[in-house]
Amino acid sequence: MAEKSGADILVECLIDLGVEVVFGYPGGAVLPIYDALFDHPKIRHVLVRHEQGATHMAEGYARSTGKPGVVLVTSGPGATNAVTGITDALMDSIPMVVITGQVATQLIGTDAFQEADTIGITRHCSKHNYLVKDPAKLAGVVHEAFHIATTGRPGPVVVDIPKNVQVATARYERPERLEHASYRPQTKADPAAIAKAVELLAAAERPVLYTGGGVINSGPEASTLLRELAALTGAPVTSTLMGLGAYPASGPQWLGMLGMHGTYEANWAMNKADVILCVGARFDDRVTGRLDAFAPHSTKIHIDIDRSSVNKTVAVDLPVIADVGSALTDMIALWKERDHKTADLSEWWARIEGWRARNSLAYPESREEIMPQEAIAQLYKASRSAEDVIITTEVGQHQMWAAQHFGFDAPNKWLTSGGLGTMGYGFPAAIGAQVGNPDSLVVCIAGDASIQMNIQEMGTASQYRLPVKIFILNNEYMGMVRQWQELTYESRYSNSYSDSLPDFVKLAEAYGWTGIRIEGPQELEAGIRQMIDTPGPVIVDCRVAKLSNCFPMIPSGAAHTDMLLDPSQVEGIMSDEAKALV
Amino acid sequence: MHIQEEYSERHVLSLMVTNEAGILARIAGLFTARGYNIDSLTVADITADHAMSRITIVTNGPPKVIDQIIAQLDRLVPVHKVTDLTENGPFVERELALVKVAGTGEDRIEALRLADVFRAKVVDTTIESFIFEITGTTEKIDNFVGLMRQIGLVEVGRTGVVGLVRGKEPN
Repeated sequence: MAEKSGADILVECLIDLGVEVVFGYPGGAVLPIYDALFDHPKIRHVLVRHEQGATHMAEGYARSTGKPGVVLVTSGPGATNAVTGITDALMDSIPMVVITGQVATQLIGTDAFQEADTIGITRHCSKHNYLVKDPAKLAGVVHEAFHIATTGRPGPVVVDIPKNVQVATARYERPERLEHASYRPQTKADPAAIAKAVELLAAAERPVLYTGGGVINSGPEASTLLRELAALTGAPVTSTLMGLGAYPASGPQWLGMLGMHGTYEANWAMNKADVILCVGARFDDRVTGRLDAFAPHSTKIHIDIDRSSVNKTVAVDLPVIADVGSALTDMIALWKERDHKTADLSEWWARIEGWRARNSLAYPESREEIMPQEAIAQLYKASRSAEDVIITTEVGQHQMWAAQHFGFDAPNKWLTSGGLGTMGYGFPAAIGAQVGNPDSLVVCIAGDASIQMNIQEMGTASQYRLPVKIFILNNEYMGMVRQWQELTYESRYSNSYSDSLPDFVKLAEAYGWTGIRIEGPQELEAGIRQMIDTPGPVIVDCRVAKLSNCFPMIPSGAAHTDMLLDPSQVEGIMSDEAKALV
Repeated sequence: MHIQEEYSERHVLSLMVTNEAGILARIAGLFTARGYNIDSLTVADITADHAMSRITIVTNGPPKVIDQIIAQLDRLVPVHKVTDLTENGPFVERELALVKVAGTGEDRIEALRLADVFRAKVVDTTIESFIFEITGTTEKIDNFVGLMRQIGLVEVGRTGVVGLVRGKEPN
């Protein structure tokens, strides 16, 4: 068999692995790979404007399609620019393979031009990483990298390829699927744990299903199974930020999101529950609030594919180590086999309805200004005319308002940076989602500050004629920072005002986009309609009330039962203990 | 406001890992990244084909944190197995130290007497100094070094702890 260059072997591997799109940026140390991709008939390369953009595009592509996202960047600054996105994918368990160029092996360690210790830098922000020093080993590594990125708890894997390895030759044979010597994630639950979980759930008087991003990662089938289990048990369902859409927001048992900006009913139900089934969530601090007051009366069952998520922050009574889909399948089968009936939970639901009656997502109405919550609600209403809608967000108040006021009825339609909280995620993620879903309406809900963190990617959307929509809730503040300063630091707004904002409409025009400005409540509906009906990419600069706060809110270090529902409950100062928490 | 310290206990962990570049950095880095403690760490390849290494880590932390350390180590791709020797049952742990002591006259004789009590061997000597080789538990070595300090300790080199499960089975 003829030998091939490392670059050709890499491209061959990508084809064999079913890769259709690569998000990347060329540079000296990846020129051989870019040459192999030149006019390639099968692999589409999306040229980004900044490597961080490439990583978030890959995340958006992965989250919306279920396929791994692939990134290709050069050595040194190419790799270091990708670090934020790699970390983001690690925190949110997004399958991603990042291929980085490296200086030639004999130059490694000499402070060569554009040399960075990519493997050292990404060691703790990736699920795994590799430096490939031999072209004969490249194929095995690339196939293994995809296997690791996409199985178990998904995550980013970095493959660093020195330039001479891209040029040197070796034989390529598609590696056989061998069982990995040490990496073998447990996907099937212990039957005894399943039996115990079903027994606990069947006997529960005040059950809650607390679901997370693991349901989405497990594939669309897991969401169907979750709905079936919910129907069988009659239990209310709440979800983390990452899990929205797994159970439909229009479903009868939906409580809304829980946690810091979750609903009153979701947080009170967690506090008063007797059995909590955590499905693919990880008891994040944004969810639990004060740990010693978190769900104090409950028996906790935790389904997670990652053993290190169990008992990390909250001690659980019954760990179920498994893939969510597999565990739910087993639980449903056993529930039916044992002929459990849906329990009469009417008393529990009556209490929940009592909490729901507080209408915690209510917001003040205004005729003069657009309330940001109203803007989201209108966007939700208008977007229902589209066949398929994918929403991405940046990070901040707009993100929480989107989570609260936009209803998701299906998985993979809600893309947001939950764990790392990366401003600058949403817009590139929208581009990636649009690449993977060319016929969907993809809207990035953004803030005026976040959008500027990766705004250069407007050029990418123009180049590939991707009709993404950016819907900016423009309050001229880093709203969430300002809100915390109002709540914690007596409204001393240190550096949270967005001075010198660009004219977003003119910016849109500069990039060949359509720009729309919405200035008052009377323009809101028409402006949103125009955005949806415009065929190409659109920026909407939606001017909203400047000082709105995101409520309800569990203040830093407080319990679920200490929710603030409106600004009148805010004291404006906090103890040092509360200030010290994130 | 003051930062509270938690109760912590000592555990000896034994890891079987793929012998590959960066494995030590991966493990040591996990400890620093997550704020875990390393009291000692030893590593050497132990199979005929040099494919596998055993890493022995002495750590300390609250029981909950020790569980997390094990789970976090276990999910690293090149880690085959993690055993908590302290929890697992009876095990043997040993550490080796080289201890350089300088002195003349009565000090020199006393050093030799103490070395004999501790079963330390003389592996180098000059007219004014010894290097002792001593093997034992961490505590035994601490004690020996403590006594030598009073006599004329110059410097110490220690390997850190290695450990194995007792009995005929591998861990």
